[in-house]
Amino acid sequence: MEILVAASVGVMVACGVYLILRARTFPVVVGLTLISFGVNIFLFATGRLHTNLPAIITSEQIRYADPLPQALVLTAIVIGFAMIAFVVVLALRASGELHTDHVDGQPDDGRQKDGP
Amino acid sequence: MNHLVAAPLLLPLLTGAWLVLGVDRPIARHRAFSLAGCLALTLITGLLLFQSITGPVQVYVLGNWSPPFGIVLVLDRLSAMMVFITALLGFLSLVYAVHGTDLEGKNFHALFQFQLLGINGAFLTGDIFNLFVFFEIMLLASYGLVLHGGSGPRIRAGMHYALLNLVGSSIFLVGVGILYSLLGTLNMADLAVRIIQAPESSAALIQAGGLILFAVFALKAALLPVCFWLPAAYSFTSAPVAALFAVMTKVGVYVILRVFTLIFGDHGAAGANLLAPWLQPAALITLAAGTAGLLAAQNLRRITAFLVIVSVGTLLAVAGTLEQDAIAAAIVYLPHTTFMTGGMFLVTDMIAQQRPDAGAKLIPDQPVQQQTLLGLLFMGTAIAIAGLPPLSGFFAKVMMLIHVQYYSGSAWIWFLILFAGFLGLIALGRAGSIIFWKTLPVQNINSAEGAGTRPSRLPVFGPIYVLPAAALLGISPLLVIFGQPMARFADTVAAQLVEPVLYIEAVLGLERAALFFAHTGGL
Repeated sequence: MEILVAASVGVMVACGVYLILRARTFPVVVGLTLISFGVNIFLFATGRLHTNLPAIITSEQIRYADPLPQALVLTAIVIGFAMIAFVVVLALRASGELHTDHVDGQPDDGRQKDGP
Repeated sequence: MNHLVAAPLLLPLLTGAWLVLGVDRPIARHRAFSLAGCLALTLITGLLLFQSITGPVQVYVLGNWSPPFGIVLVLDRLSAMMVFITALLGFLSLVYAVHGTDLEGKNFHALFQFQLLGINGAFLTGDIFNLFVFFEIMLLASYGLVLHGGSGPRIRAGMHYALLNLVGSSIFLVGVGILYSLLGTLNMADLAVRIIQAPESSAALIQAGGLILFAVFALKAALLPVCFWLPAAYSFTSAPVAALFAVMTKVGVYVILRVFTLIFGDHGAAGANLLAPWLQPAALITLAAGTAGLLAAQNLRRITAFLVIVSVGTLLAVAGTLEQDAIAAAIVYLPHTTFMTGGMFLVTDMIAQQRPDAGAKLIPDQPVQQQTLLGLLFMGTAIAIAGLPPLSGFFAKVMMLIHVQYYSGSAWIWFLILFAGFLGLIALGRAGSIIFWKTLPVQNINSAEGAGTRPSRLPVFGPIYVLPAAALLGISPLLVIFGQPMARFADTVAAQLVEPVLYIEAVLGLERAALFFAHTGGL
């Protein structure tokens, strides 16, 4: 199970990094999503991997899953989701204002617009 | 427990939430609430600063879960000083913003309050995951403020800013996750105790986690390899927002100082002095690059943005020695540089508004209307920033140079700080002479009306408009006049940072602190 989890985190982050380095906003947003998924799984695994264990300690149940990473990952998912939603809106606004979906806001062959 | 410690979080949170509810109410109401909130925040944080100068480290245990299980807010001298700086700068920026910046889009005041909430939270929290949460609050509000009322270039700059920080947040989580999985806690004081007890086998991973955190903090502080978002984001956004953002890079500086003295300090066993080979070189290169940017910039806004980078480089180069008296000198420099760069953004904006064609660009244009007023403000702020006597920049820099002279890398620090000061002076002098002296003849719109008539759209600033920039400049002589108490205060701040046992005792109680003390080879 460790290999499976580690490999999925690695592959997802690697794909995410590749996509983030692309020049268009859509792949960048997808890349960010992939990275945040990978990070969430990583964070989840910091409580060690268990199966079939409750997240609470009772008198008869001595083995338990660490509940804290579960809480952390919940927070991270919510925040990451909000951020991705924001970036999607920002990307739409940028393509409306700048008439291109290039991350630098410039057409592929054109020069950058004048700074302030 | 002193409930006032939670006020710097609750007050902006509630004010902001209240303003969001009444989004369609008249702007006057928003302004009144927001200004009242900021004024109250300034007073409260002033009181907290006074308490922390005279009293011990204060801990506020949220929900009364005994540490290390719950989330704690910790108010020591450094965080008290930082929240006070934030509140004062926020209040003055807001006074400037109510002259029209807040009309460019909706919800400016609510975003501004949430921004203050995020910054204060990052300064006060004693929990490293909670630090992540407050970073996100801070960033989400700052995305809104950077883009506020924006078009073309502002959106492009905001896009880069948002994307970079999103990647940074993900990396932050990786660092936090590594530390948690090895040490089993998120409370910063508890991390400091547990890192001592960590087995040798996990040392490499602990160091990796710590350095990953440093990468993220460097992004917030705008250290060199990750500082390229700053000039664009700060120079395209509106002036009061940029002025407030002068404190945002200091959040990065603060967390670097906090985390890497408390957890990875001298005593940190597996992670001891983790940052020593990295921080100072990175800061010095940042200083050099920021200075080069100063000279290359063709726009006063961009020059000011590069001044922020130079100030971060200076601060971290000196504090990067991680020695008590050097940190103390950096802490004297910190309020000075924050207020002066903030003020420079406001002065720049006022100048740009009175130049009909060039704006903030460094090309000749008609003279600004209020030559004397704006000229004096610009000169005063430039003198303070460049570090000429008699203003505070000079004394802060002298203090830093004196205190670093016995530590490693002092030759580089001396050379780069002095050289950066000199080149900064050239850049600002050049900007000033183009703006105020190299002027085109005044053009008459109605030539029959005689000389001196200007296009009516150019604003003339009344005393209230000028007040924030003048007040920020006025802080500089105050820092000189009260230099000795300030230096003494900075020394106690640095003492608390370098000897974290008091911090740990305040959070975790005497027993754990004694454990820490025994391991660090205390008495």
